[in-house]
Amino acid sequence: MDRIANAFARARAANRAAFVAYLCAGDPDFDTSLAACRALLQNGTDILELGVPFSDPLADGLTNQLAAQRALAGGMTSARVFELVRRLRAEFPEAPIVFYTYYNLVFSNGVAAYVRAAHEAGVDGMLTLDLPPEEAGEVEAACTTYGVKTVFIVAPTTPDARLPKIADAATGFIYYVSREGVTGVRAEVAGGIGEAVARIKAHTALPVVVGFGLSTRAHVAAVAAHADGVVVGSALVNVIRDHLAYRVAIAPRLAVVAADLAAGAVKMG
Amino acid sequence: MPATADTSAPLDRFSLPDAGGHFGPYGGVFVPETLMTALEELGAAYKAAKKDPGFQAELRHHLKEFAGRPTELYFAERLTQHCGGAKIYLKREDLLHTGAHKINNALGQALLARRMGKQRVIAETGAGQHGVATAAVCAKFGFECVIYMGAVDMERQALNVFRMRLMGAEVRGVEAGQKTLKEAINEAMRDWVTNVRGTHYILGSALGAHPYPMMVRDFHRVIGAETKEQLRAREGRLPDEIVACVGGGSNAMGIFFEFLEEPGVRLVGVEAGGRSITRGDHAARFEGGKLGVLQGCKTYILQNDDGQIELTHSVSAGLDYAAIGPEHALYRDRQRITYAYACDDEVLESFQLCSRLEGIIPALESTHALVHGLKRAKAMRPDQILVINLSGRGDKDVNQVAKMLGVTLG
Repeated sequence: MDRIANAFARARAANRAAFVAYLCAGDPDFDTSLAACRALLQNGTDILELGVPFSDPLADGLTNQLAAQRALAGGMTSARVFELVRRLRAEFPEAPIVFYTYYNLVFSNGVAAYVRAAHEAGVDGMLTLDLPPEEAGEVEAACTTYGVKTVFIVAPTTPDARLPKIADAATGFIYYVSREGVTGVRAEVAGGIGEAVARIKAHTALPVVVGFGLSTRAHVAAVAAHADGVVVGSALVNVIRDHLAYRVAIAPRLAVVAADLAAGAVKMG
Repeated sequence: MPATADTSAPLDRFSLPDAGGHFGPYGGVFVPETLMTALEELGAAYKAAKKDPGFQAELRHHLKEFAGRPTELYFAERLTQHCGGAKIYLKREDLLHTGAHKINNALGQALLARRMGKQRVIAETGAGQHGVATAAVCAKFGFECVIYMGAVDMERQALNVFRMRLMGAEVRGVEAGQKTLKEAINEAMRDWVTNVRGTHYILGSALGAHPYPMMVRDFHRVIGAETKEQLRAREGRLPDEIVACVGGGSNAMGIFFEFLEEPGVRLVGVEAGGRSITRGDHAARFEGGKLGVLQGCKTYILQNDDGQIELTHSVSAGLDYAAIGPEHALYRDRQRITYAYACDDEVLESFQLCSRLEGIIPALESTHALVHGLKRAKAMRPDQILVINLSGRGDKDVNQVAKMLGVTLG
């Protein structure tokens, strides 16, 4: 079963871009995080991008750094992240879950063992932020063996000459980072997204999602016109940050925010 | 058991790293996609500059006139008498402008940045020596300069923060994590990802993604080349042993490189043993680390069972880092370079000893090499020669040492 491809197909059939929602696993604690992910998946989220907390997330802005710190302080480990996925998988058998992670977590105890454990927990895909295709052979092989899809990034600085290499390495979807920089909420949507997506699509039949800096329904709508999927992360993480003193409010609030953002993913015309 | 290199064939030091930046199983390029093209451009620019006699001549000119090369190879007579063994020579990188070997690399990369048309330079710093060197070359060449420094390091190296600001650099404190060198590198990389088109990142050690470990090593090779020539002129032979401290490992690779293929010269890198070799209390990657990937390269890293990076500790901010340069990992596998460590209390003792006997106040980082070097000298014969790389001066450390000795200043 290819949950990722199915999710894109369902969205396309409904004339929508897939709504991809990011949260950091275990932020701020295991139970709240489980409820938060559940709220997203029940409210218009097509793909759950689950951040695996790492001590040194160098591609992330402050919002996601603090989320990872909260999760680690709350006792998240690899085993607990897998447990969170297992619990979600049991409740949402069709929902694609994609890890958003850093390579040391995948590498340190053996790539194959890690990918296998991720697959057994119910993970569908992996995006490893600091792993370019040049170094990804071991991950690609393990992902092929265990049926986990790979996701790779294209940046505004990526020249056309690199696109075939990236397209070859990816099996799940391509993630276009819409701006140079780290993750985080921005006021404006970056320019040139339509051209960039077209440039990527010249090299791949895989879906192309766009993320980094998108936070409002209007942002989602603007990007949905050009892409197969729209990623929102920091704006959701900020809901957690804003309710740390009253954690039971996090899931209900995320339900409202996610439903509103997902509604923006409908393609116009 | 981590992967180890094939040890059957001798290494050709000039063949490393490979085109992808690998030193055997170590090194490589592990960065977000946004930086891949910048690193490729940097690699190409460096390759061209390396072959360009004009670039090399200009670098030599600035190394002489601005930095003060060559540095002396100084016979430490009283330390030699004190130890009663091998003749001890100190390679006086501490005499360089801005106080440490770091200026060699900062000058090289600044010339490269200018050649690439970059207007803005960023750097990380731990002890502040690389930050000061970068601030100085940015002032000299007219670059906008931003230095990232952990908040804890800013406190223990307040003098260097002020020096950087005097030279026009903006020093940005980093409050994340344990607020030392590793977090400063994370923040510098985030800046670079954001401003990559107009900014050059002057990474300060033989670390990170390719081409940095190779390029930084090359800019420091002058240390070993001078040492070889100076010792030949003075003693008519090679040294028996060379000792250097290893944080990322740039001063060590710089002095070792020239001797890698001289089997009679023993090479020893000295890591920071901190309070003791207990998790979180040290920065000796070869004592408690395992293979991993951090901040651009694959190497030995202090980490927990899950792959989260461990806290580190050292009395010296410049050695207080969880990863070691990838080239060191390879030469350790090949048993060409051996590694030892020195603990904080020994460092404090040798810091005072060198000051009192030689009238030279060493940087706390370089004092790690002294600690081990003095032990080795005692075990060696008087007809043997030991070179210690005195990579930096200790002026920056006197406040901290005074505090540790319970002395109140002014």
